[in-house]
Amino acid sequence: MALITCREAALGYDAGVVVSGLAFDVNAGDYLCVVGENGSGKSTLIKGLLRLKSPVSGEILTGDGLKPTEIGYLPQQSAAQKDFPAGVFEVVLSGRQSKRGPRPFYTRADRRIALENLERLGIGHLKNRCYRELSGGQQQRALLARALCATEKLLLLDEPVAGLDPLAARELYTLIRMLNQQQGLTIVMVSHDLRSAVEQATHILHLGNRQLFFGSTEAYVKTDLAKTFLGGGQGA
Amino acid sequence: MLDILAEMLSYALLVRAMTVGLLVSLCAALLGVSLVLKRYSMIGDGLSHVGFGALAIATAMGMAPLAVSIPVVVLAAFLLLRISENSKIKGDAAIALISTSALAIGVIVISVTTGMNTDVCNYMFGSILSLSHADVRLSVRLSVVVLALFILFYNKIFAVTFDETFSRAVGTKAGMYNMLLAMLTAITIVLGMRMMGAMLISALIIFPALTSMRICKRFKTVVLCSAIVSVTCFFIGIVLSYWYSLPTGASVVAVNIAAFILFSLTGLLKGGLKRT
Repeated sequence: MALITCREAALGYDAGVVVSGLAFDVNAGDYLCVVGENGSGKSTLIKGLLRLKSPVSGEILTGDGLKPTEIGYLPQQSAAQKDFPAGVFEVVLSGRQSKRGPRPFYTRADRRIALENLERLGIGHLKNRCYRELSGGQQQRALLARALCATEKLLLLDEPVAGLDPLAARELYTLIRMLNQQQGLTIVMVSHDLRSAVEQATHILHLGNRQLFFGSTEAYVKTDLAKTFLGGGQGA
Repeated sequence: MLDILAEMLSYALLVRAMTVGLLVSLCAALLGVSLVLKRYSMIGDGLSHVGFGALAIATAMGMAPLAVSIPVVVLAAFLLLRISENSKIKGDAAIALISTSALAIGVIVISVTTGMNTDVCNYMFGSILSLSHADVRLSVRLSVVVLALFILFYNKIFAVTFDETFSRAVGTKAGMYNMLLAMLTAITIVLGMRMMGAMLISALIIFPALTSMRICKRFKTVVLCSAIVSVTCFFIGIVLSYWYSLPTGASVVAVNIAAFILFSLTGLLKGGLKRT
């Protein structure tokens, strides 16, 4: 059974359906990149996967022991966050919030897991720093560590390299690939950056208010769709 | 200094005012950090105006002021929260609409019943003479409840304040915590309103948070620092108001302004030293 299965799902708002015809699987160990232009339904799909929005029709199922609240989510940063007085450790530890259930305080185990995830991403030394004083790349790593605190299996990344300089973006891609290949985490990444998507991911889901393509990256680069979007560059 | 304090403590009235004031300052400071960071500062201001209207109506009808105002203001808090989360209506405009409406109704009710006298002035700018024994008991109980709930849900409040989207994604009921925050704020505002005045109570919520954010860099230290700043400022404010016969609410706000300037300068100085 796949971690996530979409069966002819359609998602939308009051005004109407935003994206339809979603039929794909995400299996353990996959690195799926969701691409498409602005307004193609990428953000709506994220809400659907996180169960913040139920499908208008069809189904989105989680399986293989994955609970919907066990998706490690890396949202896009809001303007308010960039200016938020929070310590890095406080932010990372908040990834454990759903594990506590009704209990109000974090346990020693929670703190240990938060520390481990900081080390895992190579930012253990930033533990006591102030979040807003970190560089963009470091902030993303801190939020990624928080996401890891919430999951053992699947990470859902929303435009993780948006606003990062090319070097920081490359480092983050390397880190994500390491998590995927060495630590066996399944990755679902939403991205604008089709070129990197093709380089990084094992599978591609291309949206344009409906599902335009789903399959392996090798198959994707041979399609006319990919050739058009990649501009006849390395994909051709 | 000590003899002024001893003199103040010999008046039962002042002791009551200080007890309630210190507790309300503490609650307001804790809640204020979240409200300011969530960009909800205007809700606090809106609620105090609604509180003014409710207070005026309660007095006109001869009912217990706190018992009427608390439910009305809590209700208004939920309403304002819904409005500010609903992107179809412009949140800040809606808040202004509700708060001025409540203010207008309050003023009309007062002028029809008791006439525009010192009562209005007391509601607007506060008076420490307004606290009865029953009020003090209720205030102390409710403040303790607000404090207990804040401590109990501290981690969740931080999580929801920092990143509501993430919290929702991992299954935290963010909406519920927003409601809790709004409810606690409403209670705190009503409790502090008659001493601080409807026009000035929101300062108690906003100032300590902003002041401590000038120099503190972690959520926990911001919360603790603003609690200390708020209580200290209230204490200095009430002593000054007694000594120089100034209005209490305004004195407390003035001390808060001074603290804000002091912390801002310290923050700038620290930042400047780091950069060079």
